[in-house]
Parts: sequence; structure tokens; C-alpha cells
Amino acid sequence: MRDVAVVSFAYSAVAKDDVHNEVELIGPVVREAMAASGLAKSEIGFTCSGSFDYLQGGPFAFVSGLDGVGAWPPIRESHVEMDGAWALYEAWIAIQTGEVDTALVYGFGKSSPGDLHEVMTVQYDPYYVLPLWPSMVDMAALQAQAYLAESGHTERDLAEIAAAAQRAGASNPKAVRAGNTTADDVLAQPVTHSPLRDADIAPITDGAAVLVLAADDVARRVSERPAWIRGIEHRIDAHGLGVRDLTRVASAEAAASAAKVGERPVEVAELHAQFSHEVLMLRDALGLADDVVVNPSGGPLAANGMMSAGLIRIGEVATRITSGEFSRGVAHATSGPCLQQNLVCVLEGE
Amino acid sequence: MAGQPVAVVGIGQTHHRAARKDVSMAGLVREAAVEALEDAGMTWADIDAVVLGKAPDMFEGVGMPELYLADALGAVGKPMLRVHTAGSVGGSTAIVAAKLVQSGVHERVLTVAYEKQSESNATWGLSVPMPFAPPLVAGAGGYFAPIIRAYIHRSGAPRHIGHLVAVKDRRAALRNPRAHLHLPDIDLATVEESFLLWDPLRYLDTCPSSDGAMAMVMGSESVARSAPNPVAWVHGMAMRSEPTMFARRDQVNPQAGKDCAADVFAQAGITDPRRDLDCAEVYVPFSWYEPMWLENLGFCAEGDGWKLTEAGATAPDGDIPWNPSGGVLSSNPIGASGMIRFGEAAQQVRGMAGDYQVPLTTGKALGHAYGGGSQFFAMWVVGAEPPA
Amino acid sequence: MTQTFVSHHVLEYPGGYTRSVGPVVGRFLTGLRDGTLLGVRLADGRVLVPPTEYDPATSEPVGDDWVELGPAGRVESWTWVAQPRDGKHHLGRPFAFALVRPDGADTAMLHVVDAGSEDAMSIGMRVAPRWRAERIGHVADIEAWVPLTDGEEPKPAPPRTNIPADEEEGDVTGLISPMRLEYHLTAGQATSRYLRGLGEGKIIGGRAENSDEVYAASRGTDPKTGEPTSVEVEVQDTGVITTFCIVNIPGLSPLAPEIPYASAQILLDGANNSFFGLIRGVEVDDIRMGMRVRAVWADELVADHTAIKWWEPTGEPDAPFEHYKDYL
Repeated sequence: MRDVAVVSFAYSAVAKDDVHNEVELIGPVVREAMAASGLAKSEIGFTCSGSFDYLQGGPFAFVSGLDGVGAWPPIRESHVEMDGAWALYEAWIAIQTGEVDTALVYGFGKSSPGDLHEVMTVQYDPYYVLPLWPSMVDMAALQAQAYLAESGHTERDLAEIAAAAQRAGASNPKAVRAGNTTADDVLAQPVTHSPLRDADIAPITDGAAVLVLAADDVARRVSERPAWIRGIEHRIDAHGLGVRDLTRVASAEAAASAAKVGERPVEVAELHAQFSHEVLMLRDALGLADDVVVNPSGGPLAANGMMSAGLIRIGEVATRITSGEFSRGVAHATSGPCLQQNLVCVLEGE
Repeated sequence: MAGQPVAVVGIGQTHHRAARKDVSMAGLVREAAVEALEDAGMTWADIDAVVLGKAPDMFEGVGMPELYLADALGAVGKPMLRVHTAGSVGGSTAIVAAKLVQSGVHERVLTVAYEKQSESNATWGLSVPMPFAPPLVAGAGGYFAPIIRAYIHRSGAPRHIGHLVAVKDRRAALRNPRAHLHLPDIDLATVEESFLLWDPLRYLDTCPSSDGAMAMVMGSESVARSAPNPVAWVHGMAMRSEPTMFARRDQVNPQAGKDCAADVFAQAGITDPRRDLDCAEVYVPFSWYEPMWLENLGFCAEGDGWKLTEAGATAPDGDIPWNPSGGVLSSNPIGASGMIRFGEAAQQVRGMAGDYQVPLTTGKALGHAYGGGSQFFAMWVVGAEPPA
Repeated sequence: MTQTFVSHHVLEYPGGYTRSVGPVVGRFLTGLRDGTLLGVRLADGRVLVPPTEYDPATSEPVGDDWVELGPAGRVESWTWVAQPRDGKHHLGRPFAFALVRPDGADTAMLHVVDAGSEDAMSIGMRVAPRWRAERIGHVADIEAWVPLTDGEEPKPAPPRTNIPADEEEGDVTGLISPMRLEYHLTAGQATSRYLRGLGEGKIIGGRAENSDEVYAASRGTDPKTGEPTSVEVEVQDTGVITTFCIVNIPGLSPLAPEIPYASAQILLDGANNSFFGLIRGVEVDDIRMGMRVRAVWADELVADHTAIKWWEPTGEPDAPFEHYKDYL
């Protein structure tokens, strides 16, 4: 395998962006990430993006999105209808073939134009589940209830997670939900989707994320301390909630094992946990020790741009490695109801 | 081509129809996938990863359908990707799957593309009216017909050229039992008398709307060497994109298509595609796109594409058959159409194209897909022998 | 920052999606129509409900060993829905979503429980289906599951009230799936400037600072470079037809005139991109590439695409091919 590193990262996140269209959302973030990459646009070998048409309620979101990049002269380009983390995986594969040395990866989406939690229902089994219209939060709550009953964790444990996310978010200027919040503050909120409260549910967020990958010598040329991808794996579980063991995340366990997360100690983790209980479940699935710093950015409970939030996890870990704050970290991204599909990426400094 | 060698070791596809009312979406993709596995001599357990492609989710109203289809496609516990690059998606999906092998990451990858257009209606799905966008008063043909007029004007092509393609591809489809349209009585007069939809496009110049799926198994060199049936080696693959609309854009002969073809032919060592290929399966949804793409892909000089068509060079018995399977004009499950082109090219070089098999001399064929307003391209060249 | 336009948008396939369900899902739905709950036995002996076509663990076909289940079952997990959604949820009062494992099954099915209040819900509680009398072969033929008290027997399905009188009814082969989603979409900065211009009888374009190529109706960037089209440029409401088609299909759009009509790409004077427009005020057979046209503005201008009704010939001499050949 070639050594591939994250050499640049930028993202935007706001609760509701009703002044920019998707092109205007992407453009500034692309320019910021490219400026920081030390690479000229002509040096980018491959471009790959992730988006979801149902967020804007019309087909081909990625087509106009490309206008934010500037695809001229023609570029090598692809798109996944998945979180940008999987676009990064496709770009990493392209670099592994040896055909290109660099890639521009982005994910974007606005959650605010529709009723996000209802919009995501379109993902569910079209014959048995969609006709009943459970929301994304209803599905998560079914998992939370089962997990609490099985694990012995309590609503207070969830509140501790939610409060910690907001406190961490206080030092992240892009957090849309942040504050000096305590578990008691969270527990004082009403339960809206038993056993979950508002603070346990990721906030609605609009935004884009852009990340630049470079291989081998190119990475060393443009970055003093590239964040090297040492393992990247993803797996999917069965779709139906009723056929899965909802109290664990088998596909995340398998991805973490394949990415060799546990080979050496992990110092920092960014988890694509959109609900408090998912932090606990993913800590278990990834085998993270108690001393691992989890979601120092605040994570998706502080800012959750759809289709970029998974990619942002990789960028957040990479940034902390490049800065020298940490030397080994793991990033996680998810897709589908109740953590059906999971990607795990191990990043290291030199 | 850089990286590890890749070959197509199994292919399957559905019988394409206007409506496959006998199957669910899972049943549809499954039909193609099972046939591909059997062709490859594999079971579900042999597959390392699955790559799914389709056009907009709104055609069927299932968002990110890879989630629901994971069980049906044997992906549980495995990596699964979902590609979407508009009309070129079937080609792009095959390329992403092949790269999983080319990169050395996997040995056996199943890739599937599908569309079940009868769940809604393709015209609606392609042109959902959106606020602030200029209204699409003329429909999808209203986008492409002016470009065809521009081609006719630039090239001086006679008006019947498109109709020749419409007849040629439908006649070819008569030898392909999987094709959606079987029009045994079609001739030039039938096409010329068919309804004039978007002048210069007549009804029979346009593609149908189909339900269908295509699947392939990609294998590494060692997998290919032990495959039970002949394999198709990948000699080159490329994707290119350009913006939908920009100043001085050549919409008739897009630069992205030219660049993509130049790249894939360079990888495959092809200097004269008309001479060096045995056939091509090219995404031709409107008949006139055959002469246009003949020029764009470098099979002839600019302005000469129609002359090849008129001379019969692209007919099944011509010197460079285009779309011997009947092409998109005969079957068009949109998300699968590109992969069908890629797969039909592979079937030809495997010598497994049945009644529409072309004679093999160079043993190489082109698979081509494009999408959007001709701004997304995906192509591969496959061969009977491994790359030198 | 320009104030931007926001518009309500409904995404809805008229009449709902027409789903064909295949034999396995069809068998289960037929069972529901008959007032029975069916599972299918997998190769390892486990009973799967609701039956998918392929074993979730092995991907093998599920086979044909059908088992009648329940009808009572156990709640494996649940969450409360305090505010049912109009047009989505079929119960008009608060209810629970739950994973219910019917007796005899090894898996759970997602469904709704009509328990009256959240306090009545718990993991492990016993529930039974409350069947509709009018059953169509749909997952909501069980209107809801309801709590069972100790020793209480589940009620059988009532006789079906919608049996067709005069025709043989086959198995369920499909279902209609309505899907309506609503959005409030933002035009963005550049498009809002353009739309506002239309409301004032002007066509506003933009260019990037580092380029002299002007885009009419820019979406915010120069698509070639991705640079913002931050320099506002007014372009003329006259231009040249670069190419066109004549439409003979009625009803393609509510805005379409009577057929035949012409839809053209127009290169506006002062812009570098082409622009779609309807051509009227001339016989369609007389429309030519290179013809000079001008916008015909609506009598009352509003800031949207209806401000320009169509385009008509100016009567000036045609532009030479050389003028627009790079815009095709």
C-alpha cells in the first residue's frame, strides 16, 4: 500500500444557511482547503464528492456542486451518494492504483431546507418500514432503548455524553450547539424520543467539508507533518433493525479490527455519533480505552452537517495529528439507520 | 495501466422490460448478480466487496438504496460503496469496482447497477421542477435536440443519418434476447414516419424507459487465471468531468469526452480505435449521438462521423460495429445503461455474446458511458488477452 | 450580503410510487390481507419476520417454509411518538414505534403500538395485533399492536370487508407508496441578484475578478475556475439564437405554449454563456440559427423566471456563424 496522508482540511458549519445555494456553500471551503494545501489546482489528480439528493429535494445535487470546484480543463472526477468519508475512501483507492498522487475530496449538504429527520425515512425498507414513516430519531431511539436495557447504562450516562459534547463545542468556533453544559442541565430537558432528549440528538446543521490527500513524497513536500492514513476500512450490516443485535455495532467492530485500530494505543478519536448512546456503542465497537480523548471538536452532537460530518471526523483527527497534539488517532463515519454502515480510519504522525 | 491487473470474470444481466412487475427492487438486482456469480463460478462468500450504482434515488423513491439492498447483494459484513455520476454511473461504478482490484485492496468484487423506472416515471425523475431553476419547458429532449441540430449544421450531415442508427441498433437488438425493444419490422420508413417529438428528433430516434440490472464480478490476476469461463482483461479505464455550462463550451464535441478517450486509448495502446478495436458499446440514447461520439472518441476526423454511419461501418457486419447488443436505443434502465455498455464490450472479447457476437481480430472492445448534459464520461477498453 | 429568495418546494411523485414486491414480500402482504402473520423458516431453523427475500446472514434465498406466527408478541424495544405527523403516521393520536417479536419468530418487526400513554410501554410487554377490517395487503393492515393483559387472548382478525365481489383475487403483487416531502429552498446570493434584476426588467450577470467571461444567471461561481462571480455585470436583453429545437409534444410543462413551439439556446449580447428561452412571434419554420432576438417582458414584472415571457426576432440581419460557433 502507498502511504497516503491528509495534507489539508477545511469545513463550514452553521445551523441554517439560508443565504447561499450549494455552489456558494462549497466554493469558499474548496478555496480555503486548496490555499492551505500547498498544491495548485492543476496538481490535483482526482476529485471525489459525497452528497444526498433528498436533502435538497431534487436530483443531481452533485452536478451543480461541481461548479464550486471549477472543473476546467476537464478533471478525473467521481461521486458517491454517501457521506464524504466514502468519497475519501474512493479517492484513497484511486491513489493506491498508482495513477494519481493527490485528491480533492468534499462532502456537502444542507439539512435545514427540509424536515431532516423525516427526510431520512426515505432510506428505510420501502415495503415494510417506510410506509410507517418512523423518523431518523425514532429509529435511533429504538436502538438507544434496547442498548440502555442491555448495557445497564442510564439516561444520566447519555446526558454526560451530551453535556461533554457541548463543553467541547465551546472551544470549536464552528459548533452550532455549545456551552458550559452539565449533565443535570441535560436531564432537566424533557424526553422527546424516549429515552432521548434534544441534547442527545445532533443539531440540524448546514455545511461543507473539503480535504486534500497526497501520497508519499508529495505529502512530505507540502506538509511538515502529514497525517498518514494507516488503515481505512468500512463494513455494512443487515438493513432490518429486527434482524440485527441492536445492542452492538458488528460492522464497526469488523471495520475497526480490519483497520487494526487496536494494534497500538489510540490517543484521540472522532466518532460520527449523531446520538449520545452511539458514542458509548462506538467506543465499545472500536475498543477505545477510557483515556482516549473522544470528540474533542464536540463531534456531531455539536455540529452535524449531513454528508460532511463523517469526512469532518477524519479532518478533525488529521488536524490534531498535523499540529503535533497527538500522534495516533481514529476517525469514524456512519451511514444508514442505527449505525448500519461504518467506516474506520486510523491516522498517525511520522 | 498502473497497478494490479484486473479482469471481468463474471457477467449477468436481467431481461430488460418496460416494467418488471414480477420482482421487487432486491429481486431485480439479485437476478443480475446471481448470474454474474454463476458465470464466475463463485458463491456469495467468495466476494470481498460490493459496489452499487444507479441514477437519482428519486426514480424509485428509495434514498441510498445500498442500505436496503445490502442483504440481497451479499454485502452484509463486507465493504459496500454506492456510486452516482448521473447517466455515466453504470460505467463509473464498474471503474470504481475495478479499481478496488487494481489497487491491490481486493481480489473479487461484485458490482451491480440498476434502475426500476416503472416505480415512477423517468421524465418526472429527471426534471423535478425546482424553485429558482429556469423552467424546463421542453423536457429532456429539449436539452439534447438543439445540440443535435448544431451537430447537423456543423457537419453538414444529411437528415436521415439519425434514422439509420435508429434502424441499425433496433435490428441488432433482434439478436439479443435481453433487449427491451424488439421491433422486427423496423426500417427507415418506420422511423421517418414515427412522431416528430423534438425536431430534429423523432420518436424512434429516442431510447425507451426500462427496468433492468447489470452485474459483473471483477477479479485479480490469480482469480482470472482460475476462472471457469473466458475473462475480459481491463486494458484501460478513465473518467472525466467538466462543468455543465461554461463560456465557450463545445456541447457537441465536449473536451471531457475527448480527453477521456485519449486517456483510455493511451493506456490500452490504441492509436487508431477504428482499426485497433473489434467493436464498441457506446452510450447512444438519441440516434444522432452515434455520429457525434464517433468524432468525439476519435474514430474519425471531426465532421466525418456521419459518413461512417452512412457507409455501414458501424453495423454489426461493418468494420467497426457499434452497439451490436442493440445499445441504449433498445434497452435503457438508466442507472444500469452504462454498465451494460461496459459488460457487453466484455462479453464480446470473451466470445460470449451469443447471436450478436462480432468476429474477433484484435480482441479488444470499448465500453463507454456519459451523463448529465454530456459533461460526465466513463470509458474502458477490455481485451481477450491480458495487457502486455 | 444580498437578501436571498426562499421558496417552498414540494417533492412528490404524483399518485405515489408503484412498487412491485416480488413473491416473498407478496406472500407476507397477502397473509396480512388474510388476517394472518407469516414468517419464513431459514436454513438454520430461525424464523424470519417480516420475511425478506434473502437470508440477512447468508444472502441465500429464504425458501418456502412458511410459518404462521403469534399473533401475540413481545416488545423488544420502543420509543414514544408524542406528535403524530399528518399524512405520514396513520394513527392520529400519540403512539409508540416498537420492535415487536411475534411468538414463534426469532426476529422482530418494526411497527406501531397503540398503548394510550408512554407509561404503558415497557420492554418485554405483551402485545397483539389490532387488525383492520378493510385490508389491502399492506403493512398497516395491522392498524397497531395493543397491550395484552395477563391471560388475555389476542383477538383474531375481523372478517375482511373489502373482498371484491365479482373477480378472482390473486396474491398481492404490489403496493402504492405515497411520498411527500416539503422544503424551503434558498436561491443563494448570485441567483437572488439575477432574479431581483428580472423584477426590474434587467438581466444581471456576473464574472469573476480574474476573468472577463460574463455569465448571465450565474449560480455564484465561474464554473471553469470555481472563483466567485463577484463582479455584477448587466447584460443585454438581446442576443442570437445559437441553436434550437421545435417541440411537438403537448403538456411537457404548464408554461409550454401550444405545439409546435421552439425552445432555443440564446447567446445574450454581453454574456459568454447560452441561455434557454422560448421563441415566439415567428413561424417555427422560419426560425434559424443565428437569428437575432430580444426578450419580451411580462406586463407586470415579478422577480422570477416568468418576467421574460419569451423571445422574438428583432428583424436585424442574422449573426454570422463565426459569431456564435464557439457557443454550440
